[in-house]
Amino acid sequence: MATMLADTRSVWVRESLTIWRDPFSLIFSLLQPLIFLALFGPLLSGIAGEGDLGTSSLQWFLPGVVVMITMFGTSMVGSNLQYELMTGAFERILATPLSRPALLVGRALKELTPLVIQAAIITLVAVPFGFELFPAHIALGLLLLGLFGVGVGSLSYALAIAARKNEWVFWAVQQTLLFPLLILSGMMLPLDTGPEWMQVLSKLNPLTYMVEAERVLFTGSLGIEVLWGAVAACATAAIGLWVGIRSVTRTDF
Amino acid sequence: MIHTEKLTRSFRVGKETVEAVRGVDLDVAPGELVAFLGPNGAGKSTTLKMLTSLLAPTSGTARVAGLDVLADPAGVRQRIGYIGQNTGAGLSYRVWDELFLQGRFYGLSRSEATDRGRELVSSLALDGMELRKVSSLSGGQKRRLDIALGLIHSPELLFLDEPSTGMDPQNRANLWEHIIRLREQHGTTIVLTTHYLEEADTMSERVVVIDHGRIIADDTAARLKAKQAGDRITFTVWPADVPRAREVAERAGEVTGDVSGTVTLRAESGDRVLPGLLSALANQQVAVQAATLHQPTLDDVFLSLTGRSLREGVDA
Repeated sequence: MATMLADTRSVWVRESLTIWRDPFSLIFSLLQPLIFLALFGPLLSGIAGEGDLGTSSLQWFLPGVVVMITMFGTSMVGSNLQYELMTGAFERILATPLSRPALLVGRALKELTPLVIQAAIITLVAVPFGFELFPAHIALGLLLLGLFGVGVGSLSYALAIAARKNEWVFWAVQQTLLFPLLILSGMMLPLDTGPEWMQVLSKLNPLTYMVEAERVLFTGSLGIEVLWGAVAACATAAIGLWVGIRSVTRTDF
Repeated sequence: MIHTEKLTRSFRVGKETVEAVRGVDLDVAPGELVAFLGPNGAGKSTTLKMLTSLLAPTSGTARVAGLDVLADPAGVRQRIGYIGQNTGAGLSYRVWDELFLQGRFYGLSRSEATDRGRELVSSLALDGMELRKVSSLSGGQKRRLDIALGLIHSPELLFLDEPSTGMDPQNRANLWEHIIRLREQHGTTIVLTTHYLEEADTMSERVVVIDHGRIIADDTAARLKAKQAGDRITFTVWPADVPRAREVAERAGEVTGDVSGTVTLRAESGDRVLPGLLSALANQQVAVQAATLHQPTLDDVFLSLTGRSLREGVDA
């Protein structure tokens, strides 16, 4: 276990170097959710009108944005891997005694690192616009998202390995899955008024439970939604790691 | 250092099962320098991947550096170095970052990784490149960095998969200098794969010829050549002299044919046979217009073993 943690740290350090050695990319990735919030937020409060969302559409919308950037970041884990799969770097790292779960978790954590900073910034920026801040709840929310993100990152990793011979397949699958998952989680628009089939699909979408849990947490409360969110996060992490480790150990590169 | 029994690996391609490696029994003693020679697709790399625990065998066993590859793959990886076919260093990373972290991956402490990294930077002539991006290095420099990465934990056994593919002759010679020095200084056991005949011929003490997933020969290059091919002498005379010439040639070796005045024979130590043959022909009043001696290469060995030339399998 101690080795696994040390290994995870080493993998995370190596992956993070791409950010620290070239911080420009980080600056742009910080701007992205801000732009999203600035352009989407006003429209949303317009739709919501004087309804129950009107009081603080931000309080409703911001957790969704945080979940969205988690999904964007961690579902890209595989794309960074693709480059190293094409050169010999991936094979070289596989030939080291690094623990296999550490390979997956370290990479996912790298995508989650900027997320913490991104979440902190957009939350702080939102405060002057009427966003109420509950730091302990947000920290718990980010922890759950981190767990969820490790699962998504590992699945993305496995996808890149499966698609190593045609790299466009990775993008085709990632894009095809990402947007339906995001929309069907009620992240951007509430699904309550949607048709029944959409509501059924959304119940099957683990992301829905994440979004609902984050919304509850960001308003500073705790509820059964948080518990379901934790279940969804743990299940995603467990399945993701299982699939990821299998694909690392069973594939002939 | 390596002991395998009936090591086998098959792959499923669609509905067919392709047997890449079929029952390899191999023993490598500490300190040996062994080359796996064979055409592309012969099973060399698959064998290497099983020995380095990157690929699980379908059946059979392999003990590498004292450990079973299936029971303790991480332990095997800790004790061996592996340098793959392609650039192992991440192209967007700095040279030193990759080297230092590789040390951490093998469980070295920060100070150990720093010391060992510095040592390798100077012994592999990478001084001054520590802060350069890997993508900005030349081909030869990248390869030297790969070797440094493979040696960071001072392994007792080093695997190199096609180490010099795509390198120019100068860089190849330079690479070999490093490999040979490594062996002299540390007694490292080295196993490599190659499809360069010359490389297996001149550099390795032991050549393991692999074809269709099986070991078809295993000996020193010199003995393989003497055993499998023998020297070939070819000389040309007037067509009228051929019967007499053949008679003389029969005494020097095994005549394998004559085509329009050109007689071919096989002989052991052809370089010693040729002068005597020429003077015997002169004594019989046979005028020799041309004579050549062809000493076999490993390609001839491969041709004699399989009926195919290795060169056909070499990348265009």
